[in-house]
Amino acid sequence: MSTFYFIAFLSVFFSILVITAKNPVHSILYLILTFSTFTVHYILMNAQFLAVVNFIVYMGAILVLFLYTLMLINLNKESEPRKSNLVKIAGFVGGACFLITIVAALKAWGTSHPVVLNDPNLGLVKNLGKILFNEYLLPFEVSSILLLSAMVGAVLLATKDPKTA
Amino acid sequence: MDTLTKTIQGVPLNHYILLCAIIFSIGVIGVLIRRNAIVIFMSVELMLNSVNLLLTAFSVYRGDATGQVFVFFIMALAAAEVAVGLAIIVMIYRNTNSVDINVLNRLKW
Repeated sequence: MSTFYFIAFLSVFFSILVITAKNPVHSILYLILTFSTFTVHYILMNAQFLAVVNFIVYMGAILVLFLYTLMLINLNKESEPRKSNLVKIAGFVGGACFLITIVAALKAWGTSHPVVLNDPNLGLVKNLGKILFNEYLLPFEVSSILLLSAMVGAVLLATKDPKTA
Repeated sequence: MDTLTKTIQGVPLNHYILLCAIIFSIGVIGVLIRRNAIVIFMSVELMLNSVNLLLTAFSVYRGDATGQVFVFFIMALAAAEVAVGLAIIVMIYRNTNSVDINVLNRLKW
């Protein structure tokens, strides 16, 4: 039980570092650490499939894409944009109000039961695969079209316009 | 694996909701206070991930695997979103030589 609170503390700590780090590269590295704590959360809930997918897709693919884009974009210290303190305080107050609203709604909801894993096979690849390829076969196929369109869109956007080049 | 999953036995569902709400709020604050487009994008990823974690927690709580299938679809969506979004950022950088979102003011009208 204390493991959960330790990992939860690490998640919050690293995610605060993500938005406060001055250097965007440090931000990305802290984001990788945050996602690794999320992977530990998934393992603790015995969602093994999601833990592996989170590890490969988020920490492997998406964050490497972020780092690669940051390398393409030449950011030096001077080009790092700064926001005025007033805007920062306003943003912080806005986010804090949002958090307080959710916590108040949670308090009003009342009792909470402990999260108990009744079926240990719930998050395993076998179980999820059966559900994915039986009930959710159509959304699965549609998501392949989504990925294809995203790929075509990314290539179209990132290539230079041949008329101007 | 049994001893590992026993460690979460007894954590109330409210604490999971609280954790995810805190991380989601941090993502919202990150979007509001930063001006670098890439860091704003990373804050959006943070929000997506907190929702993923909450969906998984509810899925375990209810004993229903549908929530975890949904998280899988969200991850596929996030991958597509990141590919297109980063391509747009690269294009903006090529046109304006900056990733400051204030440069994009003219998109308002």
